[in-house]
Amino acid sequence: MIDLSLLADGGMAWLDGSGPESHLVLSTRVRLARNLASHRFGTRTTEEEREAILAEVAAAAHSTGSLARAMEFRLDRLDPLDRMLLHERHLVSKELASPDAPRVRSAAALLVQDRTGAMVNEEDHLRLQGLHSGFDLKAVYQNVSRLDTELGQRLAFAFHPEFGYLTSCPTNVGTGLRASVLIHLPGLVLTKEINKVLHGLAQVGLTFRGLYGEGSEVVGNFFQLSNQTTLGQSEDDLLDHLGKMVERVIAHEEQARQVLRREAPGILEDKVWRAYGLLRYARSLSFEETMNLLSGVRLGAGLGLIPNLGFYTLNKLLVYTQPAHLASAAGGEVPESELPTRRARYVRQVLESEAERRG
Amino acid sequence: MELCSQCGEREAVIRLTQVVDDKVTNLHLCERCAAEKGVETGITFGASPLGGFLAAMGKESEGLPQSVVGDLGACLTCGATLQDFRETGRVGCAECYAIFRDPLRTLLRRLHGSTHHTGKRYSAPGVSPVAPSQEAADLRSALGRAVQAENFELAAELRDRLKGHE
Repeated sequence: MIDLSLLADGGMAWLDGSGPESHLVLSTRVRLARNLASHRFGTRTTEEEREAILAEVAAAAHSTGSLARAMEFRLDRLDPLDRMLLHERHLVSKELASPDAPRVRSAAALLVQDRTGAMVNEEDHLRLQGLHSGFDLKAVYQNVSRLDTELGQRLAFAFHPEFGYLTSCPTNVGTGLRASVLIHLPGLVLTKEINKVLHGLAQVGLTFRGLYGEGSEVVGNFFQLSNQTTLGQSEDDLLDHLGKMVERVIAHEEQARQVLRREAPGILEDKVWRAYGLLRYARSLSFEETMNLLSGVRLGAGLGLIPNLGFYTLNKLLVYTQPAHLASAAGGEVPESELPTRRARYVRQVLESEAERRG
Repeated sequence: MELCSQCGEREAVIRLTQVVDDKVTNLHLCERCAAEKGVETGITFGASPLGGFLAAMGKESEGLPQSVVGDLGACLTCGATLQDFRETGRVGCAECYAIFRDPLRTLLRRLHGSTHHTGKRYSAPGVSPVAPSQEAADLRSALGRAVQAENFELAAELRDRLKGHE
């Protein structure tokens, strides 16, 4: 098994709840899609070509400041469990985490240092990414943009004067930039305002996904809000627009929470404490149930109804209650039928020690 | 009944408001054209962003010059054809963007509402960058030619690009 403890904060600084608006926003991610001009794109590369791409990228990366000390994971050579572990920590995409080895492209790799990294041989040759705690678009982009500049001076990227940075899928062409903000919106869901808000976002060129990005479902009222288009606007304009819209969503969510507090304080308090009670004492928890209960508890912590519970603990529970993390804690593969009891035991222990620690 | 502003045939069921450079444009779209634009008419998950775009693309390959696409209409660098792109939704290599430029432009306009990159400029290591003033001058003269030829669509695009330089 891989040892993620060698990564700063286990690659999970984004969960530490220290960033701006952390009571609502878990994390901010920015990724830039880049390809090398001298190689065919992802779907048409051969195995040898992908090895050459990885060698070129790794050599260039190690002479940059951003990735000089990067850890390198060869995803095609990892156990399926380890690949999944990296995916659950939001370090690699679902595409690179497939349990089915032949479906992971050969020479697919992750280079990661602190909060910045690069996926190699994903759909594009390079997916440069940054992931920070809280709502922090500008700082994340600065880090990723620095890596982009450093690598672009060492490698020849595919760039066209009209179309910008060229990508395997035309939905990413231009800036290659996708910024996403992972935000918890239980107030809007409970007041049934969420569809209106999501519809509004679609009308201004934004889109939403679930906790685990493209193709993932919304669980536990966590939404990833991101820009839909990548061409025709500058990086700053794309980030400004998303930032302004997220600020509005935050205001709507705060308003919805006030409405709930004013109109149904008893129901709200009961819902929050029931969720806490189930998490604290249940003996079997499915993943989905855990996410939904954590959503309730998180809402309670945000409103100050559950005083002795930190966001870092709640954020970690989101990640550590997932299958690969439970298996990793058990030292290897765990039959699916055992996961709910292991999950419940883990959640119980964390909440118990948090309660003791905080008195 | 209001007709779709895209196809002009079917009933418009959705209003798409786009804000670009602080300018708001409203489009009234039928369900099919909305889906093609990547607009979800309900709250659904995981819809492909390319949707029905690709099916329409083959028709546009017919006008490509033989010299750049080879006898079988394939990119001479990576061997990809427009048919490959339609099937996979993925472009084969950087050269494909030049070779299949016209059909891709149509697609990009529908996907992004634009065909021109206005963000970070890039020059590969060892390649001397085109001086911005020279590029702007080239654009200005191309704009003049486009207006003279009454190619207003191209003129609008060139004007947008010039704005990016000024």
